[in-house]
Amino acid sequence: MTAPILQVKGVTKRYGGLTANNDVTFDVAPREILSVIGPNGAGKSTLFKQIAGFVTPTTGEVIYKGNRISGLPPHKVARMGVVRTFQETTIFKSMTVRENIIVAHHLRSKASLLGFFFGTGQAQADEAEFAASADDIIDFLGLQAIRNEMASNLPQGHLRALGMAIGLATHPDVILLDEPFAGMNHDETMRMVNLVRRLRDERGLTVLLVEHDMPAVMKISDRIVCINFGEKIAEGTPAEIQANPRVIEAYLGSEDAAIGM
Amino acid sequence: MSNPRILGIAAFLLAVFVLVPVFINLTGRWDFYYTLTSVALLSVAAAGVWLTFYIGRINIGQGAYALTGGYVSAILITQYGVSFWVTLPVAGLFCALVSVVIGLPILRLRGVYFAMVTLVLTEVARLTALALPVTNGAKGITSIPLPGELSLFGLTIIPDFATLENPKLAFYLMAAVLMVLTYLVLWRIVNSRLGHLCRSLQQNEELSASIGVNTAMLRVLSYAISSFFGGLAGAIFVAISQSIYPSSFVVQDSVNFMLYCFVGGLGSVFGPMLGTLLLYFGWDLLSIAKEYQLLIYSGTMIALMLVLPNGVLSLLDRKGGRK
Ligand SMILES: Nc1ncnc2c1ncn2[C@@H]1O[C@H](COP(=O)(O)OP(=O)(O)OP(=O)(O)O)[C@@H](O)[C@H]1O
Ligand SMILES: [Mg+2]
Repeated sequence: MTAPILQVKGVTKRYGGLTANNDVTFDVAPREILSVIGPNGAGKSTLFKQIAGFVTPTTGEVIYKGNRISGLPPHKVARMGVVRTFQETTIFKSMTVRENIIVAHHLRSKASLLGFFFGTGQAQADEAEFAASADDIIDFLGLQAIRNEMASNLPQGHLRALGMAIGLATHPDVILLDEPFAGMNHDETMRMVNLVRRLRDERGLTVLLVEHDMPAVMKISDRIVCINFGEKIAEGTPAEIQANPRVIEAYLGSEDAAIGM
Repeated sequence: MSNPRILGIAAFLLAVFVLVPVFINLTGRWDFYYTLTSVALLSVAAAGVWLTFYIGRINIGQGAYALTGGYVSAILITQYGVSFWVTLPVAGLFCALVSVVIGLPILRLRGVYFAMVTLVLTEVARLTALALPVTNGAKGITSIPLPGELSLFGLTIIPDFATLENPKLAFYLMAAVLMVLTYLVLWRIVNSRLGHLCRSLQQNEELSASIGVNTAMLRVLSYAISSFFGGLAGAIFVAISQSIYPSSFVVQDSVNFMLYCFVGGLGSVFGPMLGTLLLYFGWDLLSIAKEYQLLIYSGTMIALMLVLPNGVLSLLDRKGGRK
């Protein structure tokens, strides 16, 4: 394996008496698609929040390209190239799809806020670039038909896509997708699976994702990390994970029924 | 900018700087200057409150900054002989600085919690003014000289107000210019990236942080600009009344600033200006109702919020008008 782009090292998160993550350790290679799976409440979102800077680990650390990023505020982590999308649908409700994506280009601005206030040449150049890049992302995700739609009017499937578009607008190196296929039907899911692949293949992104849709996870992932009760219980290729007795047990013991294949 | 918009702005400027003075000259209602000056200054302070609304915070503490700005100007003029024109920006900047120190901790609060803390600020400011030696306690600071001459390289830009035969007009023009500048700045903020980021903050703070916005910094920045406006307005009020007391701005004023924004509309930059005008004159007109004044006023406010929850200016939007 090449040098990892992201390392999760002994990450533990306690909320009072509850241990949401317990000594979780794994590496992520550049341009890898790695899925984190586990029953409801296993601690997957908590793990993502710690990687993206929304939650500080109780102990342990997250290393990105050799630098410790755990404990930094989210905007700094995003600036370094690690961006998370949310499990809950999170968009800017009272903006159009295109405005959502344009505003998310904030990190790419070269002009200062004062420059934007006075509308300097650099600011205008930035705005033009954001608009062009936003249209690019809209085309990439196939959102042309709804580009001027108010975000609050969108159906669930499109909201997910918009959430991803917002993440992409920051031009991250590593994107963390928390349940990107939730609320999608089979066709939509398969389309998104292809898109996520193309993110890696065409845009060179490293993708971490949390997902309950097992067929999609098995199809898309290079590797899978399985978490149960906050602890990593398995790590490996989709085939290895499917055959792992501890994983099967974790899923049989939960309401999620069997690990669908 | 579209043509109707330019026309609208031209009409507005014409009304403020030409029609009003001509009208007052013809009718001889000189007291109108005082009223309109007050409206202009109150709308400057309300503009600040509106900007805090724009990042999703209910600010009921603008009176604290108006009071602080007023005292800064009064103290500098009376005790250090500083020109009023210098104290004006200093008062604004001082308030901005204070608001950074106060804002850093309290801007983490949201919703009603932030609102409650800001509500207390005005009272804290009043009590501080009562207690400090430099503010002269309850006796306040009086006999503050009128604004002196403002000159640059020996060139008189603004004459000494004391030498003018009509300082009322001068104050009106000063307040009107300040109001126009304030709303120009506000309009530019809202229509530049800074405003877009504020909207992102208002709509979803977590997401805003995740796209790389330094949300804490942006909140403090908006609040500082807001308080700057409050300080400016306060300083000019003091120059007009030539005096300041701990009770010059009280909780009721802070509440009013917020109401101006509500009534005018939170969706439009010019909402607070319209709201100030409507409520200020509305209150005066209702004085004919004597003891029922407050009742009718409050009743109308409640009705307005029920019928037009997004403010009076939302009527324009409904007709597909401009934003
Ligand atoms: N801020 C918090 N305070 C206290 N407990 C929390 C907090 N956030 C999460 N938890 C708890 O930590 C555990 C893990 O939550 P987490 O959201 O990471 O699960 P998850 O694996 O993402 O679940 P799901 O599949 O349902 O999204 C849960 O028991 C949850 O109740
Ligand atoms: Mg989750």
